[in-house]
Amino acid sequence: MKKYYDSEIAKSSRIPKLIEHLYAKLPVIEADRAVILTRVYKETENEPIIMRRAKAFRAICEELPITIRPDELIVGSNSKAPRGCQVFPEYSFEWLEREFDTVATRSADPFEIAEDTKQKLHEVYQYWKGKTTSELASSYMEQETLTAMEHNIFTPGNYFYNGIGHLTVQYEKVLAIGYKGIIKEAKEALKQLSITDGDYAKRARFLEAVIITSKAAIKYARRYAELAMNMAQECKDRTRKKELITIAQNCANVPEYGATSFYEACQSFWFVQLLLQTESSGHSISPGRFDQYMYPYYKKDLDAGIITREFAQELMDCIWVKLNDLNKVRDAGSAEGFAGYSLFQNLIAGGQDEEGNDVTNDLSFMCIEASMHVMLPAPSLSVRVWNGTPDEFLMKAATLTRTGIGLPAYYNDEVIIPALVNRGVLLADARTYNIIGCVEPQKAGKTDGWHDAAFFNMLRPLEMVFSNGYENGEKVGLQTGDVSLMKSFEEFYDAYKKQMNYFIELMVNAINAIDLAHAQRCPLPYQSSMIEDCIGRGKSIQEGGAVYNFTGPQGFGIANMTDALWAIKVLVFDEKKLTLSEYKKALENNFGKGMPKKKAELITTEIVKEIVKAGNPVSESQIADIFKMICDNYISETDRKKYEQLLEWIDELPKYGNDIEEVDLFARDVAYTYTKPLEKYKNPRGGQYQAGLYPVSANVPLGAQTGATPDGRFANTPIADGVGPASGRDNKGPTATANSVAKLDHFIASNGTLFNQKFHPSALSGVKGLQNFTSLIRGFFDEKGMHMQFNVVSKDTLLDAQAHPENYKNLVVRVAGYSALFTTLSRSLQDDIINRTTQGF
Amino acid sequence: MNEFLKVKGRIFDIQRYSIHDGPGIRTIVFLKGCALKCKWCCNPESQSYDIENMQVKGKNKIIGKDVTVEEVMHEVMKDAPYYNRSGGGLTLSGGECLLQPDFAIALLMAAKEKGIHTAIESTAIVDYEIIERFFPYLDLFLMDIKHLDTVKHKQFTNQPNERILTNAMKIAMSGQHLIIRVPVVPTFNDTPKEIRAIAEYAKVLPGVEELHLLPYHRLGSDKYVGLSREYELKNLKPPNNEWMQLLKEEALKTGLRVQIGG
Repeated sequence: MKKYYDSEIAKSSRIPKLIEHLYAKLPVIEADRAVILTRVYKETENEPIIMRRAKAFRAICEELPITIRPDELIVGSNSKAPRGCQVFPEYSFEWLEREFDTVATRSADPFEIAEDTKQKLHEVYQYWKGKTTSELASSYMEQETLTAMEHNIFTPGNYFYNGIGHLTVQYEKVLAIGYKGIIKEAKEALKQLSITDGDYAKRARFLEAVIITSKAAIKYARRYAELAMNMAQECKDRTRKKELITIAQNCANVPEYGATSFYEACQSFWFVQLLLQTESSGHSISPGRFDQYMYPYYKKDLDAGIITREFAQELMDCIWVKLNDLNKVRDAGSAEGFAGYSLFQNLIAGGQDEEGNDVTNDLSFMCIEASMHVMLPAPSLSVRVWNGTPDEFLMKAATLTRTGIGLPAYYNDEVIIPALVNRGVLLADARTYNIIGCVEPQKAGKTDGWHDAAFFNMLRPLEMVFSNGYENGEKVGLQTGDVSLMKSFEEFYDAYKKQMNYFIELMVNAINAIDLAHAQRCPLPYQSSMIEDCIGRGKSIQEGGAVYNFTGPQGFGIANMTDALWAIKVLVFDEKKLTLSEYKKALENNFGKGMPKKKAELITTEIVKEIVKAGNPVSESQIADIFKMICDNYISETDRKKYEQLLEWIDELPKYGNDIEEVDLFARDVAYTYTKPLEKYKNPRGGQYQAGLYPVSANVPLGAQTGATPDGRFANTPIADGVGPASGRDNKGPTATANSVAKLDHFIASNGTLFNQKFHPSALSGVKGLQNFTSLIRGFFDEKGMHMQFNVVSKDTLLDAQAHPENYKNLVVRVAGYSALFTTLSRSLQDDIINRTTQGF
Repeated sequence: MNEFLKVKGRIFDIQRYSIHDGPGIRTIVFLKGCALKCKWCCNPESQSYDIENMQVKGKNKIIGKDVTVEEVMHEVMKDAPYYNRSGGGLTLSGGECLLQPDFAIALLMAAKEKGIHTAIESTAIVDYEIIERFFPYLDLFLMDIKHLDTVKHKQFTNQPNERILTNAMKIAMSGQHLIIRVPVVPTFNDTPKEIRAIAEYAKVLPGVEELHLLPYHRLGSDKYVGLSREYELKNLKPPNNEWMQLLKEEALKTGLRVQIGG
């Protein structure tokens, strides 16, 4: 019998109603969780931290307001308001209090906040001063580390300000044995302990905490059972009444017991997903291989005739909508970096089993179908691709890509499995990997990967080479010597590597400090109860309870660094067109394109100080004038011409992203300056560091804090995204770019790499278009690329591409009988294509 | 080393990830020099065999380069994984690749030696004896038939069509896989009657099953300026989708498989 059907399933009329309700209003910040948590912390002042966490979780499960939204089949929300969010003061809070009055009006991810919520949170915050993980972490960091962070060399913001997320728990365990089963396990483990064991007290408290949180989860579900029953009694609509009764029955059974049906399994899954994100503010709580652990329940019901494919699809669609109900408020800066209210709940379909057989099934297809039905950003849908992946599945995925929603992302088993094995993950575990958050692979239910541990800006150490370790008069980096005295490229490159190593060490210091702070202040017993081998070892995941422990900070800027070092090598040392001092001056002067704002501000401040010191008052408008003068007039005409010449030389050099072997192999080496030194470090949980290579969207805000670079990139402009070429520097089409990217060593970047490509929908039109598209993915994966995702762009994008062609140089469009790079076309033809787009071209 | 790898020829561009000129993902090598001079030509820099200068976005660009088969194949084979996955390969276009037969055949031989699919886009304007030499190394012949009326053909392309039509028949008779393509150009051949006539002719060709209607576009107009040449079709509007559909319906009546675009 066939393992799957690839036919479409119609969308239930319920789904648009759920979505409409969810997005009717601006999301709201709610104070309930913070108030309950703080009360329990006050009540338990001298108890072990693990018990305080467990008791706080219990109180939250018992008291947090609950609600069932109209038309829902899968229930459970941690906020009353649709897409509302709770607050987690135990990690950090100052930023929110500071932004109380602007959070509703800011441009990126605004939230409503009521006056009485502000008041409640303000009171809560009085308790938390000095008690957060963030504050403890800072106290563990070295002064040099703090300086480097102030200067944005790296930013470990994720866990510094938030809880631990970035994992996939054993959903299948809860589905199979329920929390009753987990309580039993914990009790048995308790029995195994002897009170004379050296670590008895700690282990016993942890196991008791697991029992408390498991019971709390059961209690939480029961509250929903009661609510549903009450609503059913009052419900006049007979159909809805029946639905509510079923909901009540489901919530009475799961997650207390193992699920007996697909519907129950869906509800059970949802409670786990929801409560994980109520216990901690950590994001990237990734459902992982939903198509695998849900399949037995689906298959059994389908075979027994108690469910139709249509209803199963409707339930999945409901879960997809619910994943967008979860929300989180971030500080204004982070909100810009992660705009779109995203929680990065990564769900993956397809792939292999422990023995290496392909296990793409009916639900794998239905996962893609669900994303087509809801067309919402969550879940972050991914698909696993290997040589055994059925073509039908890849084609189905490509039809979703074609919609332009940017989903799914494609992952290469052939690289990821050996990459994980190289990190000590067992082959069977590696074969069943899933993706966390953006692009980070791990073995579900066994791993604390600390993915996304920090952003490391690879361009900043280069700036430190030029400045000999100083910035604005402050020593930030190493003193690697005066660049004007450097005699060879090797010497220069070596200085860069030294700066890299130095800052990598400081980053490790920062991250380990945060890691330790979490273990001491915020261990998470609920999360830990579903990660192997926390119960066996009697300790939380934060204290090293997981089987696999990693820390994965991600470096970014490979493309700019490659082009920059290549330019220095060729222009300064091979062709001797200018000296390093001249290059340095060109960078300081931003190639004559205006003074970098930060620097102009600094000079302005100095001048104003002098004037004030001389006893003269300075008005605001005078300061503005001085500032403008400095920005405009500080470069001589001769210098300006020199810089123009330099930019032209740079422009003519070969660039990463064009399938030029010597440049691409150099990029591989440049990436090693980050990925290799990192491997030797250990985290407090006993695990290893492993590099990722991707900036998420931080290449824009962090680029804004980076000066001009020798690749011709101007100050404060974005850095290249992912492992792709710098924006606009690749012009040989998608296969050439893909070949360049594939020349990096993706195996060593086992915390993930990210490769974006842009297409016009017409390049994917028809069956042939989809086949060529999937062949592109297969070809890139044959060459050992790790990940690929696509922006299939619409008319709006094309208009933007016209306005800002520099950002779209590799955009492929179908012209007429052939495809071409959009920006290479004449204005009139571009107009032509844009107009044709509206005709459904 | 194989002798044919050293054969030299003149090209003006190599375009990767081409997905509309033959099956799968392909690389198109554009050979320089053409026998026709179509008024709508979107690659006017292809017409002369001479190496010339063209203004591109305000900068001088040398058009045309003499290269060996080996050099071209080095570039072409960079996309081998994508050909293998998609059933794609090499397409020779131009200009007119039949005008540099030794070079073009050597390229096709090299491609076949690597096991990739081969195609040419051509007008079949040369002696059949030359064309015949291509067949052992050619999987797909994409042949243009622009008009059945030789007077009109000459008026718009600078060449009569008799030899083209005779060669089409001979190529088809040889058993070579052949697809007929028609650039649909308003004022030239865009009436249902003219398209139907071409389709009828294509239908008669033994073994021909497919007809591609390629709507006129203005991609090349800027290039004429860059070459300091006049673009005679300045005021011509590309055919709209509805009209193309109508022409497709007309061509379908012959029983051929017809598609708009390549």
